[in-house]
Amino acid sequence: MNPIVDITALRKSYGTNEVLKGIDLKVAPGEVIAIIGKSGSGKSTLLRCINGLEEFQDGALSVDGKKLLYDNPTAMRELRQRVGMIFQSFNLFPHLTVGKNIMLAPSLVKKTDAAKADAQARKLLQRVGLAEKFDATPDQLSGGQQQRVAIARALAMEPAVLLCDEITSALDPELVGEVLRVVETLAEEGMTLLMVTHEMNFARKVADRVIFMHQGRVHEMGPPEELFGNPQTPELKQFLSSLH
Amino acid sequence: MVDFSVWDIFRNLLLAARWTVVLSLIAFIGGGLVGLALLVARLTKSPWADRLVGGYVQLFQGTPLLMQLFLAYFGIALFGIKTSAWVAASVALTLYTSAFLTEIWRGCVAAIPRGQWEAAQSLALSFTEQLRYVVLPQATRIAIPPTVGFLVQVIKGTALASVIGFIELTKAGTMITNATFKPFVVYSCVALLYFALCFPISLYAKTLERKMR
Repeated sequence: MNPIVDITALRKSYGTNEVLKGIDLKVAPGEVIAIIGKSGSGKSTLLRCINGLEEFQDGALSVDGKKLLYDNPTAMRELRQRVGMIFQSFNLFPHLTVGKNIMLAPSLVKKTDAAKADAQARKLLQRVGLAEKFDATPDQLSGGQQQRVAIARALAMEPAVLLCDEITSALDPELVGEVLRVVETLAEEGMTLLMVTHEMNFARKVADRVIFMHQGRVHEMGPPEELFGNPQTPELKQFLSSLH
Repeated sequence: MVDFSVWDIFRNLLLAARWTVVLSLIAFIGGGLVGLALLVARLTKSPWADRLVGGYVQLFQGTPLLMQLFLAYFGIALFGIKTSAWVAASVALTLYTSAFLTEIWRGCVAAIPRGQWEAAQSLALSFTEQLRYVVLPQATRIAIPPTVGFLVQVIKGTALASVIGFIELTKAGTMITNATFKPFVVYSCVALLYFALCFPISLYAKTLERKMR
């Protein structure tokens, strides 16, 4: 099967500081990947390269057969329609209601007509358990609710891949569960997920493959039971023991 | 010698105040449009647009408005174009206003968190759509108080147009003084009229600022 995300020899640096030192990664459709590692290991940067929020200097990246080309706005727009992203800080648009947050991109980018976009937004809100919040504004919601709206907003573009960048790190502990449950449902429904996470139990439970990043490289990679149960490298052993 | 009553003086100043208002409106609408265009040019992140607009802002913020008026008045004529005080004052004040507004607004756009741009980008919105539907609506809310506050500066700034012979409130005051020999009465009335124009706007700016919080 053709990989849905295909990354080859990707290198990225900020000035002279190389943060990604040659990443090779192929993600199969429907695969759930958890990326773990210390802060500064390059895991968030890798994720942000996949939808072009960060520019890389060397290597190639394609999503769903579409190559990432920075200087071609049409190609970028096409690629970004295939890739949804959810952020640590939710980034809902505070001047729009929850419903309009979800409808904005489909009506602008996909030219979905108003009635259809409205129906789709309501359906998505129901799916994340917030059907009654359609007319609320983001500041009336809790962090967990905001993040679930952000998930609905990303899903409205019907992406092939969903990137989750530490999506529970800004949440109060009691709100983490509600967001993770939504992500878990998405994984069960066959969505391709790449998530940078500190929730090791969640990674162990949901991921098909776990990637441990260290100093800008994929240091270790494998199924969760292997990676967590039998870490091969001292770096991963140290990282895992530092969590307890 | 003809005797002027205070009402005569006031009435004539009131008539001249019309032109202060018109000139302010021209400066503000013209300056707003040019300032917005400069802002968008700067936000495209093209390095030379940024440098060019930056230089433009420095130039107009770093020289007195009075010199700008002189240069517009005599400079346009140098190119063999017949100019009037109206044209020169409108051009100079428009450019001056645009330089300040574009800088004020740039600050307001910079105040919008980067995550807002990134969220809009990752939803596949084009640059124009990111600006129009996500960033500018939020920036506008922040921009209203300082923009209205700057309007007051522009109204007072139009007084300088009197030096190139534009007959607005200040120039009319000088002319009436020359005829009546009552400078204190006349300039008191002039000051009062400026205050009557500016004070409500300042007050409005304060109200808006409170509302924003």
